[in-house]
Amino acid sequence: MAQAKPRVKVPKKASKDEVIAIKTLISHKMESGQRKDKEGNVIPRQIINKFTCEFNGKMVFGCDLEPAVSANPYLEFNVRVPESGTFKFSWVDDDGSVYTKESKITVE
Amino acid sequence: MTVSLNRRQALALGAGAAALFLTVGTRGEAFAASDDVKKAIMDFTGGKEPAAGKVELTAPEIAENGNTVPVSVAVDSPMTAEDHVASVMLLAAGNPNPGVATFHFSDMSGECAASTRMRLATTQDVIAVAKMADGSVFIDTKTVKVTIGGCGG
Repeated sequence: MAQAKPRVKVPKKASKDEVIAIKTLISHKMESGQRKDKEGNVIPRQIINKFTCEFNGKMVFGCDLEPAVSANPYLEFNVRVPESGTFKFSWVDDDGSVYTKESKITVE
Repeated sequence: MTVSLNRRQALALGAGAAALFLTVGTRGEAFAASDDVKKAIMDFTGGKEPAAGKVELTAPEIAENGNTVPVSVAVDSPMTAEDHVASVMLLAAGNPNPGVATFHFSDMSGECAASTRMRLATTQDVIAVAKMADGSVFIDTKTVKVTIGGCGG
């Protein structure tokens, strides 16, 4: 399949203990396993089934996705940032591949 | 004084009445066929009956395209280490499989809110169930009308 391209939007700076909004999007067809091709065969399911967000190695947000999530799954959530650090985002595909992206934030 | 209707007005009235009837009809049906949904909720809560309140589910009243329906959920909680929302499950009662997504929060979340986009096969109820760190559960339901279904043929 086409390479899934993860994108995240994290503010570069924040004040201590500020609650920031993080937006993530990954290009993925999220084949639901419900559709059929022209010959009537079921197209096998292939979705992103799990998303996690870690901050400095600590899990802060996670999500289990089902086939009912739209193509190019979009997620928005909040995180309270106590210190400068790195966010690590991972998406797990049904075929076992993991797409990751990192993003740094400075607390001042 | 006589009330006279031209053809256009008469048709509009008829369509309005039909729409009203349909809305009432589908609501009853959505609540009847929910064994799968009940089971999913019970599995999630560990057999606890969820109470109303605290959770706020936001979804459009009418979704033109069932392939991408924006939905967001927010829970009223201080999100401290002792008192925070553990997870929130989203369900679509009228889809082939009711599960949509389960969000896992932590005391680092700051505010308990998340949004995503989902597929809806038809007009149906969308349900959000929130599980707190102390084990209590809350629920919110919204009906979304779908013009074009989003589950393929």
